[in-house]
Amino acid sequence: MEAITKEDKKVITGAEATILSLLAEGTDMVFGYPGGAIMPIYDALYGYQKELRHILTRHEQGAIHAAQGFARISGRPGVVFATSGPGATNLITGLADAKIDSTPLVCITGQVASSLLGTDAFQETDIISLSMQATKWNIQITKAEDIPQAIAKAFYIATSGRPGPVLIDITKDAQFASLNYEYRKCTGFRSYNPKPAIDTEKVKAAAELINKAKKPYVLFGQGVILAHAEKELANFVEKTGIPAAWTLLGLSALPTDHPLNVGMLGMHGNYGPNKLTNECDVLIAVGMRFDDRVTGDLNRYAKQAKVIHLEIDPAEIDKNVQTNVAILGDAKASLKLLIEHCHANEHTEWLEEFEKLSAIEYDKVIASELNPSKLGLTMGEVIRRANEHTNGDAVVVTDVGQHQMVACRYAKFNKSKSNITSGGLGTMGFCLPAALGAKLAAPEREVIAVIGDGGFQMTIQELGTIFQTRAAVKIIILNNEFLGMVRQWQQLFFDKRYSSTELVNPDFVAIAKGFGIEASSVSERDGLDNAMKQMFDHDGPYLLEVMVEKEDNVFPMVPSGASVEDIRLE
Amino acid sequence: MKQIFTIVIFTENKIGLVNRITSLFTQRHINIESITASESEYSGIHRFTIVIEESHDLTVKVVKQIEKQVEVLKAFCFTDQETVYSEIALYKIQLTPDTDKEALMEMVRKNDAFVKELVGDFIIIEKTGKKQETHALFEALSPFGIQGFVRSGRVSLSKTYSTFSKHLQDLEAHSKDTIIIS
Ligand SMILES: Cc1ncc(C[n+]2csc(CCOP(=O)(O)OP(=O)(O)O)c2C)c(N)n1
Repeated sequence: MEAITKEDKKVITGAEATILSLLAEGTDMVFGYPGGAIMPIYDALYGYQKELRHILTRHEQGAIHAAQGFARISGRPGVVFATSGPGATNLITGLADAKIDSTPLVCITGQVASSLLGTDAFQETDIISLSMQATKWNIQITKAEDIPQAIAKAFYIATSGRPGPVLIDITKDAQFASLNYEYRKCTGFRSYNPKPAIDTEKVKAAAELINKAKKPYVLFGQGVILAHAEKELANFVEKTGIPAAWTLLGLSALPTDHPLNVGMLGMHGNYGPNKLTNECDVLIAVGMRFDDRVTGDLNRYAKQAKVIHLEIDPAEIDKNVQTNVAILGDAKASLKLLIEHCHANEHTEWLEEFEKLSAIEYDKVIASELNPSKLGLTMGEVIRRANEHTNGDAVVVTDVGQHQMVACRYAKFNKSKSNITSGGLGTMGFCLPAALGAKLAAPEREVIAVIGDGGFQMTIQELGTIFQTRAAVKIIILNNEFLGMVRQWQQLFFDKRYSSTELVNPDFVAIAKGFGIEASSVSERDGLDNAMKQMFDHDGPYLLEVMVEKEDNVFPMVPSGASVEDIRLE
Repeated sequence: MKQIFTIVIFTENKIGLVNRITSLFTQRHINIESITASESEYSGIHRFTIVIEESHDLTVKVVKQIEKQVEVLKAFCFTDQETVYSEIALYKIQLTPDTDKEALMEMVRKNDAFVKELVGDFIIIEKTGKKQETHALFEALSPFGIQGFVRSGRVSLSKTYSTFSKHLQDLEAHSKDTIIIS
C-alpha cells in the first residue's frame, strides 16, 4: 500500500489516522457497531470501504466474538469498533473471553470529548477501568497525534508473547483533530519482553528426564497453535514415541487420528488420558496452563511424575503445578531445541496402556454414543455423521455445554486452527458470531457451528449478520430442550431438582427462514443423513435443527473437586 | 505460613497502572497493609512499595502476575530481614492547662520522636520508625489525648546489591525502539 509508507507525512484527522494505521498493520476486516462517540471514525471508514471491509453485527458482543473467530482461524488479530458507553460495555464478555483464551484482538472504542471526561456525560463510561481486568493492555487517547503510536503498540502487544486483547479508547475530539500522520510499526519497548531467550541448560535437563523416562506423557494446549509449532510438536512426539493428549484449546494442533494422539484431557476428556496422568513418570506440558478443568484436585494430580513445562508466560510456571524443569519461551523454539537433545525412542507398552483404557471407554461410552440402539438421537451420532461429510477438513465452532464436550470429543480434525470454542471463560453465545467471523476469515473452508438450544438464543440476533453477509456458515442446533449441561449436574449432584433448566423453545426453523436463511429440522435417525447432506450441499448459510435425547449425559466425567484418576464412565 | 512481605515494583509512569496492580491482590483476597508510590532513582521510572501479609508461595505467584503487566519493568519481594524500612507517623495533641508538658516532652524524647510544629493549642509530633515503634508511641501518648494520628506507608530499600539497574540495561537492549505514550 504505497499511500502509507514510512516517509509519507500528511495532515489528516485522528479518525482517518485510525483507519490508515489499521491498514498499515495489514487489517482488511473489522467487526463493529457505530454510535455517537465513534462517528468520526465511521465517517473516515466510508472513504476506505474497498481496503477495509466492515462487518456490521447486530450487537457489540457479536462483533467481538466474530473478531475472536476471525483471529483464531487466521492467526491474525481481530479488530473491533464500538461506540462509548453501552457499545463499549457490550464488549466486556468478549474481552474477558479473549484474555483467558489468549486471543489477539485490537478493540477501538469511541469516547466522549475529553472536556467532558469525568462529568457523567451522555454515554460516558470509564471503559479503561471497566476493561482493565479483561485486557492485556489498554489506553485512553485524548490527542490525535498519539493515535498512530497507540495503534502500533496495541498490535504489537496483542500479537506478541502470550497474545491477548487490547483496547484503545479514543475521545471524540481526538478523532476530529488533525495530526501530522506518520506510521511506525512497534518492534519493542523496554517494559515488555515477549520473547524470552531460551535457557539451553533447562532444555538439556528436560531432555535428560525425557530420555530416561519409562512412561513419558505429553499434554499440549493452544500455546502450540499460537506459536505455529504444530510441526515441531508432531516431530517431537514422533521422534520420542511419547503419547500426547490435548486440552480443549489444543485440539486440532495434532491430527485427531495421529497414532500418538491419545485424546482429550479434562472433566469430560477421555478415560486413559485422565487416568494415566497419575501413572506417567515424566509429564511434559507444552503451551498449556493446568486449568482446574484439566487437573481436577491438584493435591492428587500427577504427584508421582517429574513435571516439565514449556511455557511463554512466566506467571503460569508453578502457578498450579510445581515443575521440575520449566522452559520459558516460545513453544516452537523450545520444541526445536528439545527435539535435538532427545533420543529417538519408542514406548510401545506404555502406549498399550492407553489403548486398553480406550477400549474400555469405547465399550462403556463411545459405542452407544456414536451408534446408539435406542430410539432418540444422540449428540455423538450427529457429530459422527458430520465427520463423514467433512472428512475432518471442516472448521468446527462450538458453544458451551454438553454439545461442546461431545463435539470436541468426537469431531475429526486433520488440520490445525480448526477447532474454535470458548474454553477458559465458557461463554454461552460465543459460537454463532465466532463461526461467522471464522467463515469470513476463511471463506474457502467449510465452517460448522455446533450450538445448544440455550446458547443459540444468547446471540441469535447474529443470524441477521449472517444473512446480510451471506457467510455460508452451517449451523447445527443440538436441541435437547434443556440447558443440558446444567441439567446434567442437577441430575448427578442436586437430586434431579431441575431448577430453571427446561426450555420451551420457539420454532428455530421459522426464525432462520425469517432471517432469510434456509433451514430444516430432523428428529429421526432415518432422516439425519439426508438432512445433513442437504445442509452441506446448500450454497449459502443453513440451519439444521436436530432434536436429540432430552436427558442424555456426557461421560466420562471427572466430578468437580475429584482427582483425574477418579474419572467416572457412568 | 503467613509473614510480612515488602513488594517493590518498578514501572513506567502510566495512568491506571496502579489499578491493574492492586486488582491482582483483590482477586486473591490479599489485604494490602500499605502502599506507597514515588519516583525511583531512575528518571521516568516509578517505584511502588506494597506491604502484605501472606505465604511465601502465594506472594511469589502474585509478584509474577504483577511483573506480567505490560508496563511493569520488574517486581521484587523481600522479607523484613532483607530490607531496611520505616514509616512516618504524626500525632496531634491538644495542649490544655492540665497537660503535663514536661511528661509529654520526656515521652517524645524517650521515643526518639520530635515536635514538628506547635499550632495554636496543638502540638504535632513526628516519629519515624517501624510500625511497632510508632504504635508504642501511640500507646504512650494516649493518656495525653490524641486528637489526630496518621501513619504513612512503608518505604524500604533492600540490604543487598540492587540488580535492577542491570535488569534495566537488559530490557533496554532487547527493545530497539522505545515507545512511551503517557
Ligand atoms: C453466558 C453463560 N451463562 C451461563 C452459563 C452456564 N452454563 C454452562 S452450560 C449451560 C447450559 C447450556 O445449554 P445449551 O446451550 O442448551 O447446551 P447443552 O448443554 O444442552 O448442549 C449453562 C447455562 C454459561 N456457561 N455462560
